[in-house]
Amino acid sequence: MKSLYTWSGILVIVLASVVGDVLLARAMKQVGDVHDVWRRSGFWTVIARTLGNPNFFLGVTAMAVAFFSLLFSLSWGDVSLVAPAAASLTFIGNAFAAKIFLHEKVDRRRWIAAMLVAAGVALLAG
Amino acid sequence: MTLRKYLVLAGVTVFAAAGDSMLSHGMKQTGSISLHHLQGVIFAVLNPWVAVGIVLLLAFFAAYMNALSWADLTYVLPATSLGYVLLALVARFVLQEQVSPLRWLGIALISGGVGFVAGGPALTSHPHPENVEANEVVVGSGVDR
Repeated sequence: MKSLYTWSGILVIVLASVVGDVLLARAMKQVGDVHDVWRRSGFWTVIARTLGNPNFFLGVTAMAVAFFSLLFSLSWGDVSLVAPAAASLTFIGNAFAAKIFLHEKVDRRRWIAAMLVAAGVALLAG
Repeated sequence: MTLRKYLVLAGVTVFAAAGDSMLSHGMKQTGSISLHHLQGVIFAVLNPWVAVGIVLLLAFFAAYMNALSWADLTYVLPATSLGYVLLALVARFVLQEQVSPLRWLGIALISGGVGFVAGGPALTSHPHPENVEANEVVVGSGVDR
């Protein structure tokens, strides 16, 4: 029963992190290349555009949900399971989500990279 | 990819690793915080290590957002994982801690993954509809002139 709680916690962390990352990535693509916007319209335009973007706001909210789910999950399960499992599953989830929602070309090169990084993070954080 | 973009990615890696380790060092000094004693958070923030850690994580967030404005999510994410490698190397060569063979394997896997992605293009996603419209407006005004 305890492991069910722990894995539900991990699932919530992964979902919230993936949603957050995708929304933040989409928000920044809408803002446009920060260097170009800065050069054309100045620093404060970059800040105003970013903070005024609804996706940015939702993305930060999702990241906050992920952070607090992590805190709660850590009180149910071991750090050595929760932290690496959540971090490495987030990498895999992000590769899927980036392909589906952000239309990134996740080719074989990037799939292999996502798998390698996920495995490496699981080993390092464990 | 310009030097400035590589510096932004380096910032993503270094700020995340440095911020996390300072937070963790500071939180070990302040002790654990429970849900029933949330005021402990305020004392934690007053700890200089925690405060500097938070500033560094804000810098990480700024660099991360900057990178996402010109590169794919699947391009930037492996860079964030390089922070783990950096922390393990600091643990081994600066703090003289033991790093287990399993962790060296983890370092090798992450580095390999980053190498795979870095060899490809940074941006593959289609431009957002709003940006396409903006470009067309620019093109249109050029024709008018």
